[in-house]
Amino acid sequence: MPRIMTGLACLAATLLAATSAHAQGTVKVGAILSYSGQFADTGIQLDNGIKLYMKQHGDTVAGKKIEIVRKDNAGIAPDVAKRLAQESIVRDKVDILAGFDLTPNAMAAADVSVQAKKFMVNMNAATSIVITKSPYMVRTSFTVAMVNEALGTWAYKTGSRRAYTLVSDFAPGHDGEQAFQRAFKEAGGEIVGSARYPTSNIDFTAFIQRAKDANPDVIYIWTPGGTQPAAIGKSIAERGIDKSKIRIVGQGELAFEEALKGMGDAGLGIITAFHYDYNHQSPTNKAFVEAYNAEFKRNPDMFSVGGYDGMHVIYEALKKTNGNTDAEALVNAAKGLKWESPRGPMSIDPETRDVVETVYIRKVEKVNGQLVNVEIDKIENQKDPSNARMKK
Amino acid sequence: MITSAFGVLFDGFAYGMLLFLLSVGLSVTLGMMNFVNLAHCTFGMIGGYVTVTLINSFGWPFLATLPVAFLAAAAFSIVCERTMFRRLYRSTDLDQCLLTIGLVFVSIACTAYVYGTIQQPVQLPDYLRGSVQMAGITFGVYRIFLIVFALIVTGALVATLEYTRFGAQVRAAVDNQRMARGLGINVDSAFAITFALGSGLAGLGGALAIDIVGLDPSFALAYLVYVLIVVAVGGLGSIGGSFVAAMLLGISDMAGKYYFPAIGSFLIYLVMISLLMWRPAGLFGKRV
Amino acid sequence: MTAPSPAIAGPHQYLETQIRWRVIEILFWLSTLLPFVLAPDYLVLASQVAITALFALSLDLILGYAGIISLGHAAFFGFGAYAAGLTAKWGWGEPITGLAIAGVAAGLLGYLMSFIIARFRHLALIMITLGFGLLLLEAANSAGWLTGGADGLQGVRMWPLFGMFKFDLYGVTAYWYALIVLFVLFLVARRLTNSPFGLSLRGIRENAVRMRAIGAESRPHLRKIYTLSAVMAGIAGAVLTQTTETVSLGVLDFQRSADILVILILGGAGRLYGGIVGAIIYLIARDQFSGINPQYWYFPIGVLLIVVVLFLPNGILGGFAQLIYSERGQRWFGWLTGPLRRGRKS
Repeated sequence: MPRIMTGLACLAATLLAATSAHAQGTVKVGAILSYSGQFADTGIQLDNGIKLYMKQHGDTVAGKKIEIVRKDNAGIAPDVAKRLAQESIVRDKVDILAGFDLTPNAMAAADVSVQAKKFMVNMNAATSIVITKSPYMVRTSFTVAMVNEALGTWAYKTGSRRAYTLVSDFAPGHDGEQAFQRAFKEAGGEIVGSARYPTSNIDFTAFIQRAKDANPDVIYIWTPGGTQPAAIGKSIAERGIDKSKIRIVGQGELAFEEALKGMGDAGLGIITAFHYDYNHQSPTNKAFVEAYNAEFKRNPDMFSVGGYDGMHVIYEALKKTNGNTDAEALVNAAKGLKWESPRGPMSIDPETRDVVETVYIRKVEKVNGQLVNVEIDKIENQKDPSNARMKK
Repeated sequence: MITSAFGVLFDGFAYGMLLFLLSVGLSVTLGMMNFVNLAHCTFGMIGGYVTVTLINSFGWPFLATLPVAFLAAAAFSIVCERTMFRRLYRSTDLDQCLLTIGLVFVSIACTAYVYGTIQQPVQLPDYLRGSVQMAGITFGVYRIFLIVFALIVTGALVATLEYTRFGAQVRAAVDNQRMARGLGINVDSAFAITFALGSGLAGLGGALAIDIVGLDPSFALAYLVYVLIVVAVGGLGSIGGSFVAAMLLGISDMAGKYYFPAIGSFLIYLVMISLLMWRPAGLFGKRV
Repeated sequence: MTAPSPAIAGPHQYLETQIRWRVIEILFWLSTLLPFVLAPDYLVLASQVAITALFALSLDLILGYAGIISLGHAAFFGFGAYAAGLTAKWGWGEPITGLAIAGVAAGLLGYLMSFIIARFRHLALIMITLGFGLLLLEAANSAGWLTGGADGLQGVRMWPLFGMFKFDLYGVTAYWYALIVLFVLFLVARRLTNSPFGLSLRGIRENAVRMRAIGAESRPHLRKIYTLSAVMAGIAGAVLTQTTETVSLGVLDFQRSADILVILILGGAGRLYGGIVGAIIYLIARDQFSGINPQYWYFPIGVLLIVVVLFLPNGILGGFAQLIYSERGQRWFGWLTGPLRRGRKS
């Protein structure tokens, strides 16, 4: 019993120490990402975004020095995420939890954010429900529902009537499937078939063949990235699918930079919906891409911009609270923040604490001999629709 | 539906051939010396990275990199064998597992350090891309190439085993090592050569696999499971066994995903467990 | 610990000397209480070590003592973990009964599996255990409606232990809980392995055919120990679920089975303490190396493995035992390793 009291006392003392905002002090931000394993690349890109922001804006805000404490989640491991979040708070005394490249990890860490009352910036995890898991969380990435519903509506508006959906068999994939199907059907379209492939699937021949057999005029594919987009692109070419007759649409990961490199010309004509591409033509983005390339010798992607904007939220919120790291104060300061991000205009919705941004529809085309995503349409001020629906 | 089924089965066959190339070396070395080399797929990974480096940094054509991948993997395996594996020929299975897993870990970390963790893209020459239409079925050109190539390699292997003196020595050593030694066969050197050959083949498999399954540092561990399944189901020391098992695995994986997408991933494990329970020594194995 | 004892009259005397507690064992268990005082910020890690140690202990029973190599032992760990998680999710959050339920569930699964396991050896056995583990993982992934799939089980809320001790952020209750469960089950394992049953297991490991020849049926013995090992592994998984209030597919994956095998061999199989020592070293090393450079921690672990195999074939404890039981070692450290006398001569 006494140990529990000591523990609680220590916790209280830590919180008090953290909230006493005076001139001297550090604000520690715990970055929990996958630095190793299957998703290592997403973690690294996100971390690069954080590093770039700090390089450009200095590491001092409102008189406090910002220190990043990095923890490796090594992939989909909610129990590890929870432990890392706990350790960051207890051992390393972090004031803000950040990162979270994967939904399961974000959800587990949200529990800790609630228990310990810490401000949490979700820089990537894209399932709608994540934001509801902690009242101290804001999101700076996107939600699967938002992007894919926009895509579904757009697909119908631009001529498709019979859709086949193929998604990865886990929560974000199911989200994508539901979102696209719902929007497509609401607009008046018909779903002629669907399938879910195992998350670690490598060869897509069987699935693509099934899709082709169902005779759709648009195939919707959801993949989280990694090796899969390239494999999918190749299967599509090998199975002889004519993209002018059957459109291939999907969420942005399908046409990521590495995916296009791996697919080669098989990727031409793939249409994706997403909130960010390094090819976005805006002065803010051009500057961002240049600085990123100078620092890291590669192009930024959605993870980078999620990390970059996440740090922006932290910095701006801290400025507003004058260095106070109390969770309530920070979350209230973050609500309603509006700014011009490399991705375009974005803001944090004051009601849901979720991101509000533009969804771009892009097509893969050859520009200057390289395959890039060229924006062909855009839908502005998109919010997460499922949370909005739940409120009604 | 039948025609599209053929297309799927064809791809399963190609996938199976890939698995065969990756596994045959392990099956023979396990059968000969009972040395459990879990780092087998590391040699495969090395072959893959050699190919990638030669193509991307030195501009070599794809086909020219294949022999180099073979030789590099073989050379690396010889180094490992001389320095580390040699000492463990008389050790327990577990010690061998442990040492080779340690090697796998080290290799994963090193490749992550040198090449980073992203997928390595490989640009195939144009004549290997795309697909051809035959009898209303679409066949991927690269897969046709893979199948033909692997069949040639298999033919060469079988020919070596059946018709050369060296092959006879290997067969004798697999059947009964003690007896073979008693007859004056230099089992150790036969094994060293076989080991190098097997690892070289794995390297070749790794290089060929890039276009189908991708390449990143986790390759060494991810494919280990499939290779082990092929080896166990096929039977130790049997090339024919590995061939059949790899086919079975490739095709049932594909067919499972095509006809029963919901349980597709289950199928391999169910098939493997049932086969092993029916024949614990593998389909063509001579001993457990 | 298996020490070379002086001329013994028979197995019963041998067992009697083995079962006595040694000073070094008592010191070891006392030192497990140190983290409360020396490292109160690290109690979450400490409870993870205790859980892993229990899991390793369960594997030692079948690997070190009965000679069954299993590449899929995480199946029982995960099964117990999910059983405990589902029990809590469905409204019954009492920890100790939850543990019991998980243990029984895992034990049932182990009992069923044991019929298959006892029949096979060598590579076929290894592959069957591997296949079984992977199969269970796939099943859990597919049954997302039950297990939560890749997102993990949501809504696991534990009631305070004995109605008083909450599972808090600092991990105090968690470590006490995990440590006590480990100790109790360790006592059970210790009693079991230092009994005639334990001796017969070692006999089976060395030469199963001969055991049958002297009238000891090997299969029922193997089934018993396999089931018991499954119960233990299931309880370890349950403790993990209860102390972290979360469970996901990671409890069933191949990585976990492989890790625990590595841990056991690192520490030294067949010595009961090997798994515990291995768990301590492996997890602390991983924690420290991960912190330094999260990306490349595989490298030092791989090197460590290679070094241990080449130079310390019986694991760390084996090397340790060699040192201590040598002539010189006994002179200096004999007092640590001698059995505690209770006024009776052995």
